Amino acid sequence: MPETFSRGDVERVARLARLDLNAEEKDLFARQLAGILAYAEQIQRVPTEGVEPTSHAGEAAAMRDDSVRPSLPREDSLAAAPDADLRAGLFKVPRVLA
Amino acid sequence: MDTPIAARSIRDAIAGGRLSATDVCRAALDRIATLDPPLNAFRTVAADKALARAAEIDARRDNRNLPLVGVPIALKDNLCTKGITTTASSRILEGYVPPYSATVVERLEAAGAVIIGKTNCDEFAMGSSTENSAFGPTRNPWATDRTPGGSSGGSAAAVAARMVPLALGSDTGGSIRQPAALCGVVGFKPSYGRVSRYGLLAFASSLDQIGPLSTSVDDAALIMSVIAGYDACDSTSANLAAPDFHAAVNDASGLRGMRIGVPRHLFREGVDDEVMSAFDAAINATREHGAEIVEVALDHSPEAIPVYYVIATAEASANLARYDGVRYGYRAEAATLGEMYDRTRGKGFGREVKRRIILGTYVLSAGYYDAYYRKAQQVRTLIRRDYDRAFTNVDVIAMPTSPTAAFALGERTEDPVQMYLSDVFTVGANLAGLPAVSVPCGLTRARLPIGLQFTGRVMEDATVLRVAGAYERATTWSKEVPPQLTSQQPR
Repeated sequence: MPETFSRGDVERVARLARLDLNAEEKDLFARQLAGILAYAEQIQRVPTEGVEPTSHAGEAAAMRDDSVRPSLPREDSLAAAPDADLRAGLFKVPRVLA
Repeated sequence: MDTPIAARSIRDAIAGGRLSATDVCRAALDRIATLDPPLNAFRTVAADKALARAAEIDARRDNRNLPLVGVPIALKDNLCTKGITTTASSRILEGYVPPYSATVVERLEAAGAVIIGKTNCDEFAMGSSTENSAFGPTRNPWATDRTPGGSSGGSAAAVAARMVPLALGSDTGGSIRQPAALCGVVGFKPSYGRVSRYGLLAFASSLDQIGPLSTSVDDAALIMSVIAGYDACDSTSANLAAPDFHAAVNDASGLRGMRIGVPRHLFREGVDDEVMSAFDAAINATREHGAEIVEVALDHSPEAIPVYYVIATAEASANLARYDGVRYGYRAEAATLGEMYDRTRGKGFGREVKRRIILGTYVLSAGYYDAYYRKAQQVRTLIRRDYDRAFTNVDVIAMPTSPTAAFALGERTEDPVQMYLSDVFTVGANLAGLPAVSVPCGLTRARLPIGLQFTGRVMEDATVLRVAGAYERATTWSKEVPPQLTSQQPR
């Protein structure tokens, strides 16, 4: 477990999360996340050998029948897009490669 | 006739023809216009839509027996409303108009309710003070230099100022109960699965639950009877018939024979003295009214906050991946798709959201998953077992809702851990999926509200509301209103 959380750690994780951070945010988060992780260290002291993890508070999610049901009309789904070709029914995005 | 305060009285007056839905709607809009500017409880007031809807209700006669006919309701801005802007108080969704309504919204409308508007919250419900809204903080109606709590701070302030009789919020770690406590109103987080989450903008899906804020436990029961129940659109919603919440709240036996557990070992440090005395007085009141008080132990509760922040941020980092500038919301200009994602998210999300995405991504990343995420899930199991064990001996567990009364704006924004500690008594119910309610139980010397929390067994929502309702009748704290309202309060 890392004792500190460096600016490099913040940059690495921000790349995974696809999140642009400015220099000030990188320094701030490195400091604050080190504090939060130090605080979170206390869970390491709890013995948990053989304890099942809980991923959900309720019953296991029920499976539905695999049947076709009505969904949103295509034009409604495209209506809030920053850029879309309504006639072709497509979301438009910038080019993938530079 | 003046508009009554209670949702049930408003409903009865409209059903009985003594008031029109339009009169009630106008009165609510007038109060919002007068009271909201200094408070900023509302993100959007849907005045035209609400008046049109009220007129439609008045024009019909076949709707008089609907449970919420003509009742004005405010919704936290993370609940999707077809045709009404829904932002979760984030720049990344500024101007977003959803193409569908959340299941709870559809149920409210089918029950005759009038949606008045959308309330301010911490961005994507991440926070305990409503200061993380991209559109400015909400202020506490009891003291405008203080926060209303959060993240459902706008809903709590709107009900506390009597702008609306009822509001919905969402509660992931205390986000209904803590603002209810800090604003002197009732806030109820139902059992996980009791209310459909379809159309709630997801923060942490294994913890999120929608619930009401109201001026009385009876009104919480009234709206629960409408929104509770199975929904095929939410695979985690429980396929159980909703109990008769109203009958439970008004159960004539009240607190008699109820066994109330008190985990006093959790109150040794960090709880404000005035909160502690109000809590002790409340426990004495329940004893005088026939409850039996039993000491219980929740041994793993001290670890609940770190467990919560590991699990909630991990789930949030996955849930918020959808905000990428492609299908809805804000998009930053960029030459390539990858840069567009990075910039859109960097500019569109606020500080606390980014902080939690980084933390959540980190605890899920290779090499740290077992040490943080899996470990937290295991301790979550132990926290659940503590509650299970306690509930073999008691019907409900009582705690203060928040360790302090409302804190000053800006007081905790620089120190995330300090802010997270606001939730020390509330996160357990989310981690274990339990129903929990906050009811007013006192005022500090500075006249700031204090909340009392009752937590119950899973799916025993009715028991929790019964105890809260009986406590409410045994004391007068729910009748206290913010100071500036005493002169202009409707009867």
